[in-house]
Amino acid sequence: MMEKIQSTWNRFTSSRLCWPLAALIIVLLFNFFFTKDFFAIEMKDGHFYGVTIDILNRAAPLMLLAIGMTLVIATKGIDISVGSMIAISGAVAASLIGGELEYVDGVKTLVTLVPMPVAIFTALLVTTLLGMWNGLLISKVGIQPIVATLILLVAGRGIAQLITQGQIITVYYKPFQFIGTGYILGLPFSLFLVGLVFGITFYAVRKTALGLFIESIGINAVASRFAGINVSKYIFSVYAFSGLCAGLAGLIICSNVSSADGNNAGLFIELDAILAVSLGGNSLDGGRFSLVGSLIGALVIQSITTTIYALGVPPEITLVVKSVVVIIICLLQSANFRKIVFSKWTQKRGIPGEKNAAKL
Amino acid sequence: MKKMQLSYKYINLMITVVLFFALFAAGSVLYNGFFSTQVLLNMLIDNAFLIITAIGMTFVLIIGGIDISVGSVIALVCMLSAYLLEMQHLSAMVVIPLMLLMGFLFGLVQGSFIHFFTIQPFIVTLAGMFLARGLCYVISIDTIMITNPFYLFVATYRIPLPFDNYISISVIIALVLVAAALYLSNYTRFGRAVYAIGGNAQSAMLMGLPVGRTKVLVYGLSGFCSALSGVVFSFYMLSGYGLHAMGLEMDAIASAVIGGTPLTGGVGFVTGTLFGVLIQGVIQTLIMFQGTLSSWWTKIAVAFLLCLFIVLQRIVVSKKERTKSIT
Repeated sequence: MMEKIQSTWNRFTSSRLCWPLAALIIVLLFNFFFTKDFFAIEMKDGHFYGVTIDILNRAAPLMLLAIGMTLVIATKGIDISVGSMIAISGAVAASLIGGELEYVDGVKTLVTLVPMPVAIFTALLVTTLLGMWNGLLISKVGIQPIVATLILLVAGRGIAQLITQGQIITVYYKPFQFIGTGYILGLPFSLFLVGLVFGITFYAVRKTALGLFIESIGINAVASRFAGINVSKYIFSVYAFSGLCAGLAGLIICSNVSSADGNNAGLFIELDAILAVSLGGNSLDGGRFSLVGSLIGALVIQSITTTIYALGVPPEITLVVKSVVVIIICLLQSANFRKIVFSKWTQKRGIPGEKNAAKL
Repeated sequence: MKKMQLSYKYINLMITVVLFFALFAAGSVLYNGFFSTQVLLNMLIDNAFLIITAIGMTFVLIIGGIDISVGSVIALVCMLSAYLLEMQHLSAMVVIPLMLLMGFLFGLVQGSFIHFFTIQPFIVTLAGMFLARGLCYVISIDTIMITNPFYLFVATYRIPLPFDNYISISVIIALVLVAAALYLSNYTRFGRAVYAIGGNAQSAMLMGLPVGRTKVLVYGLSGFCSALSGVVFSFYMLSGYGLHAMGLEMDAIASAVIGGTPLTGGVGFVTGTLFGVLIQGVIQTLIMFQGTLSSWWTKIAVAFLLCLFIVLQRIVVSKKERTKSIT
């Protein structure tokens, strides 16, 4: 029995989900002791309320981005244009819906310029097309991912401001706000969106050969091509998918604040998304990937942010605390760091695995 | 054949230089008053800080790394020097060396994390970026104006040149740094080690080059450059504010890439980076002269150019690869 537990434990510690989970648990434990009512969830008007629900709700855009980014990073790429695509998606949706307060027979009525589904579809189409543009540059022209997406990063905010004419567009149309603030079955609607995207992606990469192909491309693209995998097709699709995810995240963010700001929407979120993937135990060098890990990474980031706010730390210190936590987590995940710092400790105590090996 | 290889190595650099003059010529034809040395010098004056940052970035890119903390370090230097000068009433002679030292150490620490703990440069400098930006807000969330006499003097002093032209002290600092960087990259052991590491770190190690030391020093150099750039930026803005130099790291990377330094490492030109910055300056000036276009067009134009350049580089490289495989 003990041996069985031991082996399960060993398998767990050697799995790549161990460190991200440990990070999440540490952050949550910290909250359990230091934040009041952290795990309290109450029911109000048929909605669940609580800090944890809030974290899940606020992490939704980041989780969507992290799903797309995981696949991109798994092919040894990187997509730093997602923040700009969020701005564009919000700008397109908001400017299409427009939404003006009009008085019809003395009653305030909201009028959209185009039907909402059309606006949403167009926004998603635009970001997917932009993702395809990234994919085209990377897979067909052969430009490095970070450079290709740098182009869109620089241009994207310009384009978003072009769409909004440099203004902040406010959306008054109520149904649109449902995407970011609505509830279904007491849970935020955005979580269902994340669940849907995650479910489809997980099915595609784990139940079909797609995941295998992506990992193989990340490990060695040339070898994969010789093995008969249509490398450029998959790289192209991965960036298009990342664009689609960014578009969805943009819609959530835009609908959450009921406005589109070409300059500030999704500013620096690409860095958070990459961080989420990296905290999730994925190597930025590509190869093996874990979608669940990335989701956990996104939750860790959002939990840290919420914790800092919940503790009443002045908001100006938030960034400092966040960076210190990130550095600590990265250090713990670095095998070299563990070797250098903990080597003396393990030498004294002896590693359990080594003892067993000696017995054998 | 030897002649071919030489021209290939410098072709990106040549394209950049030619494009710069072409854009400048186009501006001169289109707009009155565009063709003057002062317009050219203004580009240097307005972009001195970007030149300094981009040079540090060029070295980092040559070793195949990336440093996205530079913009935040500039903001931190502005903020901290404003705080020390105005609140603590320290002398500028103390503050400036202190800032440069701080930037250098900041870079060294980042470099050590990258080298000794083998964490991705992107993640380490990302954390550095958050840290520096966060420290700005810890110092103050408001703007601190700099009223130090020395800073005011440097900010307003114009060095006269022949034909009624002038440049600022910042330009001199930037140009001296360009010269020093040229010397460092082309005529020193350190420079050769940098290129060798970018080409292939493993081979460099087997060759007996001090890979670790060079790598850490390159990040230190980048930190130093961004601190120097921060000092120049505080001459330019005369204030410290947490939102200063937002997104400047991307401008610096774009300048280096337009100047012929790919992000794969091993290749890179300090002169190219200088012209990369100047091309962005020309675009800004063109849009300013045009008058009706808004500032977001600058971003779109720079991105378009960036795209054009990279595609061009790709075509040149793939052509070379093709001829290589044939022979």
